[in-house]
Amino acid sequence: MVSPLAAEALAPAASAPLPAVVVRGVTHRYGERIALDGVSFEVRPGEIFGLLGPNGSGKTTLFRLLSTLLGPQTGSISIQGFDAARETFAARRKIGVVFQAPSLDKKLTVLENLIHQGHLYGLGGADLKARADELLKRFGMADRAGERTEKLSGGQRRRVELAKGLLHRPEVLLLDEPSTGLDPGARRDLTAYLKDLSAKDGVTSLLTTHQMEEAEACDRLAILNQGQLVALDTPASLKAKIGGEVVTVTAGEPEALAKEIAEKFKLEVQALDGALRMEREDGHRLVAELGEAFPGRIETVRVGRPTLEDVFVRMTGRRFWEETKK
Amino acid sequence: MSGAFVLGTYTLAQRELVRFFRQRNRVSGALLQPIIFWVLFGAGLNASFRPARGGDDYMVYFFPGILVMILLFTAIFATVSVIEDRREGFLQSVLVAPVPRGAMVLGKLLGGTALAVLQGLVFMLLGLTQGIGYSAATFGAVLGAMLLLAFALTGLGFIFAWRMESTQGFHAIITVLLLPMWLLSGAFFPADGTHPVLYAVMQLNPLTYGTALMRHAMYLDPARTAAPGVPGPALALGVSAGFALLTFALSYRIAGTRVAGDLQ
Repeated sequence: MVSPLAAEALAPAASAPLPAVVVRGVTHRYGERIALDGVSFEVRPGEIFGLLGPNGSGKTTLFRLLSTLLGPQTGSISIQGFDAARETFAARRKIGVVFQAPSLDKKLTVLENLIHQGHLYGLGGADLKARADELLKRFGMADRAGERTEKLSGGQRRRVELAKGLLHRPEVLLLDEPSTGLDPGARRDLTAYLKDLSAKDGVTSLLTTHQMEEAEACDRLAILNQGQLVALDTPASLKAKIGGEVVTVTAGEPEALAKEIAEKFKLEVQALDGALRMEREDGHRLVAELGEAFPGRIETVRVGRPTLEDVFVRMTGRRFWEETKK
Repeated sequence: MSGAFVLGTYTLAQRELVRFFRQRNRVSGALLQPIIFWVLFGAGLNASFRPARGGDDYMVYFFPGILVMILLFTAIFATVSVIEDRREGFLQSVLVAPVPRGAMVLGKLLGGTALAVLQGLVFMLLGLTQGIGYSAATFGAVLGAMLLLAFALTGLGFIFAWRMESTQGFHAIITVLLLPMWLLSGAFFPADGTHPVLYAVMQLNPLTYGTALMRHAMYLDPARTAAPGVPGPALALGVSAGFALLTFALSYRIAGTRVAGDLQ
């Protein structure tokens, strides 16, 4: 079950500081269905680590395990050196969790929400009040402290959620699809906050996402597909793994055409939602060749440098793509 | 560790109170309906109420029963907030916080208990209009009985609410289980003189002991409150305490399970 990739992820880098999060051989089932299948990776301290995966890839399950909402079945997770299963409370104090679904009490004010949260983490008194004020100021919410959270906009709530997650000075921040429901401006703000947290406080962020822009901003990305880790690297390296250019073709009869292109040009052709995508060093030349070879059968052609989306499609679009290549 | 337990319990219980008073319809609903019941049934049935053994008029007989009803309704609706907490997402952040599960359950139960007892106290004032007076001792006894029963009933509500995904489902539980449980507790009519099957059901109903406890606590005069089918003070207290412990234990246990709503 250990893929070469997992082994690579496990190998300790020379003289690296202690990892913030270690996930080792985690497998999780819901009844018969396997949601996670032998996932292992490490998150370095202070980095912004992205978990990228389509629905059903297991990233939500992984998030639940990391946040200790679920207990591990097989394998282990440790956070700042604390085992999530055996030292749950110690691990919990090290993590701040920002859920995808809102977690604020709407009937309480912004400040009251933070005070209750602080109490749950064992904070109290003047320290807690000062910390709450400091965070509200940092997120530009100081003037809304006395407002009930039901009256806030989506972006403002998200900022309060973030303040809530950071209240107890966690060393690791876990965020589940943090940009959901945010406009592009607020999304860029969020990325800036995370970078700032990393630079000033050394906070490690681990986030799940399906936004390419957000994934692009991560220091490293793990791509999950059908419960397995299929790639783990920096966005730049992931893109570099796809050589040359990506050509995307739409056509009337994609299946038949895919087979013919694959035979004629000796290429791997992926069919996805009626579009065919292929990679080649000189993609722009392939465009011309395709036009000559299949006159009238191609509707549109697009050629470009590989994006993270291409990486994502290549890694997750077809499960056995990697195997057929080998 | 124990500091985290106490602080966690306190903050969650306090939140229940704040939330309650910010929802005006809840404030009026939980207290008003039982009062209307008391006045209408009390006035309507007063003339035809002929207990097998004589005794109080119906308004007075019904009074401790209505007190139990207030505790039941408030406690139950307090735990319906478990469903709201889950739906609104608040619960998930409690589930990943470093507070013991016991503190989470106890916070909810004590919050609900406090709300129920507060409303019970308001209702106690109305008893004065019917010549129901309190000495320091009977007041203390009623307060104690209210605390114990409210805690037990909040626990009962919690057990049902934890796995429930909508408040509608909860209303079904109230109609088919909780309301009959109250009706058959000696709150509404005495067990004495009823059909043997009904009598047996009432003796098996744990709330019968709660209502009896409340009745005894009102007067602290066993000679006045003793009646066939009404458990004696010691038995009433023992069963009620056992019931409270049992519902708390089951609440604690069920809170350790994850339901579909936690995993959305």
